[in-house]
Amino acid sequence: MSFVQNLTLFVLSAFVGYEIITKIPTNLHTPLMSGANAISGVTLVGSVVVAGSGETTLATALGFTAVVMATINVVGGYYVSHLMLDEFGGERGGG
Amino acid sequence: MAAVLADAPEWVLPMAYLIAAIFFIQGLRDMTHPRTAVRGNLISSGGMLLAVAITVLSFDLLSPLVLFAGLLVGGAIGLWLAVTVEMTEMPQLVGLFNGFGGGASAVVAGAELIDVIASDGAGALSAEVTLTAGIAGIIGAVTFSGSIVAAGKLHGAFFTSSIRYTGEHVVKLLVFGLALAGVAVLVVQPELAGEWPMAEWVPSYWFVVAAALLLGVLLVVPIGGADMPVVIALLNSYSGLAAATTGFVLDNSALIVAGTLVGASGMILTVIMCESMNRSLTNVLFGGFGEEPDDEEMEDVYEGNITETSPEEVEMLLDVAERVVIVPGYGMAVAQAQHAVAELAELLEEEGVDVEFGIHPVAGRMPGHMNVLLAEADVPYDKMRELEEVNPTFSQTDVVIVTGANDVVNPTANEDESSPIAGMPVLEVSDARSVIVNKRSLSTGFSGIPNPLFAKDNTSMLFGDAKETMQELVNQVKENR
Repeated sequence: MSFVQNLTLFVLSAFVGYEIITKIPTNLHTPLMSGANAISGVTLVGSVVVAGSGETTLATALGFTAVVMATINVVGGYYVSHLMLDEFGGERGGG
Repeated sequence: MAAVLADAPEWVLPMAYLIAAIFFIQGLRDMTHPRTAVRGNLISSGGMLLAVAITVLSFDLLSPLVLFAGLLVGGAIGLWLAVTVEMTEMPQLVGLFNGFGGGASAVVAGAELIDVIASDGAGALSAEVTLTAGIAGIIGAVTFSGSIVAAGKLHGAFFTSSIRYTGEHVVKLLVFGLALAGVAVLVVQPELAGEWPMAEWVPSYWFVVAAALLLGVLLVVPIGGADMPVVIALLNSYSGLAAATTGFVLDNSALIVAGTLVGASGMILTVIMCESMNRSLTNVLFGGFGEEPDDEEMEDVYEGNITETSPEEVEMLLDVAERVVIVPGYGMAVAQAQHAVAELAELLEEEGVDVEFGIHPVAGRMPGHMNVLLAEADVPYDKMRELEEVNPTFSQTDVVIVTGANDVVNPTANEDESSPIAGMPVLEVSDARSVIVNKRSLSTGFSGIPNPLFAKDNTSMLFGDAKETMQELVNQVKENR
């Protein structure tokens, strides 16, 4: 894709990101932040490309480092969010 | 190893990314409502699994072993950290995860530059790629080192106090300038790389990263503990932006969309945190908040007006109370008193007392910190009230118990316009019939100013560690019922 097409995606996503989060109850601040944080681990996709397809040893080594860091972010992030939301378990019926 | 999906049509990968993006958006949306939040997190993780899996299957894997080893090691570490964490350590862990995400983005952008140069020569690098790589390097590295420092502060490991020095803003600006200069070199003359030693490593990019790492440390070191909710929320937003800019470098729509979503939503949380303190983001980041406590001023406020009480006396107050509001603060988290506090609330409920928790949005060290702790101690969700909900009810409240909170219940915010916390929305606890403040001493909170609440006629001080004191109170209530 061209740079401008990517920029279009960027701008539209920014608006979507801004619109979907409106009023957040304080209870959900931490899990939401931690869940969003796990999404930012999407950089794992980029790490996979570089680690798996790196043409040079250096790129592969850097890719490995990036995969480890991003996977910690993704796995840990989703899991702690789930743990925290589970603690709020009592609300599930009543909301 | 050739790609498993090598023969698949070209649209398969972007289509899978689109579906993943829909999952992320729906997941985030669901996470803003208590009833759907668990599902939202699962949907979002499903999107992530899809995006990663389709990527693994779509690209030629030159070193599959390295890739799977990385996934395994990272997954094991992440899971281990998540399983072993105490709820009280959650702020620093979220900060740490965040740092890893930002760091990964910076490393990926650099690795991609190296790869392009190795396969097609430096001339193949377009200005768009080098510019976005430079930005990704700055944001990612700032997120990484900033988050590590923030996590260290929260854990009490290093830089625990707010460290300020003359000319700090000049130093920060200088380091930022160095990073920008590095980006300029990277963009204008990537071919220079061919003449430098170790040119194939793209030294100008790593110079940018090094300067940005330093910048991240310099930015967070001066910021004090009570401002951490803002910092953590902002760094969360940055880690998304780092992923998005890395998406430009790799020309990858999944990174751009998901990263930007996080960047934008994280920014909203940051703004909410700032509004809860009636301060601007600039003020939080660069303002230098808090005064040195002034002993004379403290004596003026407190002298002769402090009433001390005991768990026995408080128990008697609670015995005749019909409505009790508990206001927790960071002190409760430090003392790990949430279980004792929850037990007290439960005992009183059994006696037919109406018990609620009044929670200030910036109480604690990360957004929603108190809610997480109380939920861990099995306090029901509908007992936790937000500031706007609980403030009008204080006038019908018999007893307010403040435990480990200070600035968020300081009436100075409404009464004195010259105060550093002027205009900050606070919990107006003194409207209640009696207020019990549980603190270790009369020392000031983060703002460094005395709290006239402590000297009010209807306030009594219950000195002591939050956990011990609350446990003592629980024992008193048990003995007498």
